Amino acid sequence: MQLSREEMVHAYRRMKTIREFEERLHVEIATGAIAGFTHLYCGQEAVAVGVCELLATDDMIVSTHRGHGHCLAKGCDVTGMMKEIWGSREGLCKGKGGSMHIADVDLGMLGANGIVGAGAPIAVGAALSAKLDGKGKVAITFSGDGACNQGTTFEAMNLAVVTKAPCIFVFENNHYSEHTGFAYAVGTQRDIASRAEAFGMRVWRADGTDFFAVHDTMREVLAYVRAGNGPAAVEFDTERFFGHFEGDPQNYRGKGELDRIRAERDCLVKFRQSVTAAALFDARDLDAVDREVLAAIDDAVDAARKADRPTAEDVLTDVYVAY
Amino acid sequence: MAKMIYRDAVRLTIFEEMERDDRVVVLGEDVVGGMGTAGGPEAIGGIWSTSKGLYDRFGADRVIDTPISESAIVGAAGGLALAGKRPVAELMFADFIGVSLDQIWNQIAKFRYMFGGKSTCPAVIRMAYGAGFNAAAQHSQSVHHFLTAMPGLKVVMPATPADVRGLLREAIRGDDPVMFLEHKALYGIEGDVPDGDYTIPFGHARLARAGEDLTIVATGLMVGRCEIAADALARDGIGCDVIDLRTTSPLDEEAVLDSVETTGRLLVVDEAPPRCGLATDIAALAASKAFASLKAPVELVTAPHSPIPFALELERAYLPSAEQIEAAARKTLGWR
Repeated sequence: MQLSREEMVHAYRRMKTIREFEERLHVEIATGAIAGFTHLYCGQEAVAVGVCELLATDDMIVSTHRGHGHCLAKGCDVTGMMKEIWGSREGLCKGKGGSMHIADVDLGMLGANGIVGAGAPIAVGAALSAKLDGKGKVAITFSGDGACNQGTTFEAMNLAVVTKAPCIFVFENNHYSEHTGFAYAVGTQRDIASRAEAFGMRVWRADGTDFFAVHDTMREVLAYVRAGNGPAAVEFDTERFFGHFEGDPQNYRGKGELDRIRAERDCLVKFRQSVTAAALFDARDLDAVDREVLAAIDDAVDAARKADRPTAEDVLTDVYVAY
Repeated sequence: MAKMIYRDAVRLTIFEEMERDDRVVVLGEDVVGGMGTAGGPEAIGGIWSTSKGLYDRFGADRVIDTPISESAIVGAAGGLALAGKRPVAELMFADFIGVSLDQIWNQIAKFRYMFGGKSTCPAVIRMAYGAGFNAAAQHSQSVHHFLTAMPGLKVVMPATPADVRGLLREAIRGDDPVMFLEHKALYGIEGDVPDGDYTIPFGHARLARAGEDLTIVATGLMVGRCEIAADALARDGIGCDVIDLRTTSPLDEEAVLDSVETTGRLLVVDEAPPRCGLATDIAALAASKAFASLKAPVELVTAPHSPIPFALELERAYLPSAEQIEAAARKTLGWR
C-alpha cells in the first residue's frame, strides 16, 4: 500500500458514493420515478476508482452504458448526475443525455456510451491528441467482456499499437455480456487480456474486487504508458451485483450466486477488511464516511426531484454550434 | 484569380489550414501511403493525391496513416475533436461509411447534443463519392441523402475548385462535424479560384446559371450536366436558374423558393436513387412552401432504384445525363 491516509479515505469515499448512488437508483427506478434504461455499476467500484484515483483532470476516459461509476470516479458532480438521470434541464447534460450519455469533457470524461464497443476508437483519438501534446497524458477506455467482442475494439487496439498511442484498454470482466455468459461468448476461454496481447501490447491482469490490487496494477500500467511505450491493456476480474439493466429478472444467474458474490466479492467489504486489519483505520472512521455519503445522496435525490424540467423549446438547442 | 485543379484545391487548403492552426490533424488510410514498404512514406500521399506533401511538412503526429479500419478512423477523429483538436479524416470512398456508420451517426453527430451542448466536435470527414469510373456497386455511390437525414451533421458537396477552397476552410474552422463529399469525377476539373483567404458559409447556394423560365436544383457532378442542359435551352431562348446547393445540410431553402416564385417551374436533379432522397426533399419543399407559385408538376431526374452497375453502357444508363435533364426541362416547360 503506497497510499496516504487521506488518499485512502478519498478512494473509499468515491467507492462508497458510487455504491450508494446506484443502490439508491435501484430503489427509485422500482418506484417509477426515473424513466428510460439504467445500467448499474454496483460491484465494480474498485475498478473505476482504482483507475481514476491515479489520473489527473487532463487524462481522459471514455466510458460505457454502465457508466455512472466511471463518471463519479473521474469527479463528475453527484447532484448534476442525479439531476441528469432524473431528466432535469439542470442536469449535467441538460436532460438531453440521461443515464447512458453522461459526460463532462472539462473533467476529461468524454462520455458514457449507449453503443457497446463504441468507446475504444474514441479513446484512441483522445490518446493521439495527448501524444501530439507531448505532456505524458493518457486516454483510457473502459470496456466489458461484451465490448471485447466488438470489431471496433479490435480496430482500436490495432490502431493504438500501430500509432503508439498512449491509450489504456481497461477490460472489466464481470462475466456477463447483457444476459449471456462470458464462458460462451468470449472464445479465448476465460481470458480477454490475451487478445490485447495478440495485438502487440503489454497486458496486466488483476482482481477487480480488490481496490489495492487495481491501484497497484494501474500504477505500473500508467508508468509504462506515460513513458511513451505505446498502449497497454489490463483485465480486471469483477462482479456485477445487479442485472444488465434495471428490471432484468436475472433468470440466468446460478442459485445463490448473487448472495455469494455479495458475501465474498464485495470490494467495499474487502477494502474495509484490508485497512482495519492493517490497523490503518478504525471501523468508526469509515462509518463516519458512510454517513456523509448517504446524506450527500439524499441531498442529491432531493435536489433532482425539485429541479427544473426541460421544456419543448429545449429540444432544438445544442444540435449544432451554428446552423 | 488563378486557375486550380479540384484535387489541388483540396490538398492546398488542408496544407494551409495545418500551417494556420496546429490543432488541425489529418488521418486516414494511405493519407501518407507507403508506410512499412520499400518505397517508404509519401509513396502515395492519398489515393486521390489530396494529402501529398503533408507528411513531409507536418510529420507522423499530425498526419496519421491508419490501417484499413474505418470505424477506428472516424472514432479516433471524434476522440481527437473532443480532446480539442481539429481532425480532417479521410474515408477514401464514401461507400465505406457502411463500416463506420455507428461512429458517424451515433457518436460524432450526437456528442454535442447528448452532452447538453457542453462540448464541440469539430471533425471533418472527407470522402470521395459518385459514379463515372465503372467502379461498380460498392465504390460509386452518392450518400448525401442519408447523411443529410442525420441531425448533428453538416453535409457539403462542392462542385467547383473555388467552392472546395471556401467550403473546406469553413468546414475545418467551424465547430460542428462536417461530412465533406468530393465527387471523384470532379477531381481533375480546373476552375478559377479567387485570391485571398475566403470562406463560404454553409447553407448558401450558388447560382450557376440565371434565367426566369425554370428552376433547376442540383449538387456536385450534376451541376455541370444541368449547365449543359441550361445552355442548350438558352439557345432556344429559354432561361434557367441552375442552383448549386453546395451544402445539403444546412439547406438554402430561400434560394430554391425565391427562384421557384419567379419561374413557377422546378426540376430537381440528383445522382442518388429516387426514394427518400434529396430530389423528393426539394420537391416537398416546393410543394409545401411555394405551391401557389407552381405552374407545372415538379420534375425529378435521379438515378434509378438499383445498385450501381459496372459495365460502361449500364453505368452510362444509370447516371442522369444532360440529355435526360434537358428532356425533363422541356417536359415541365411544356405543361400548360
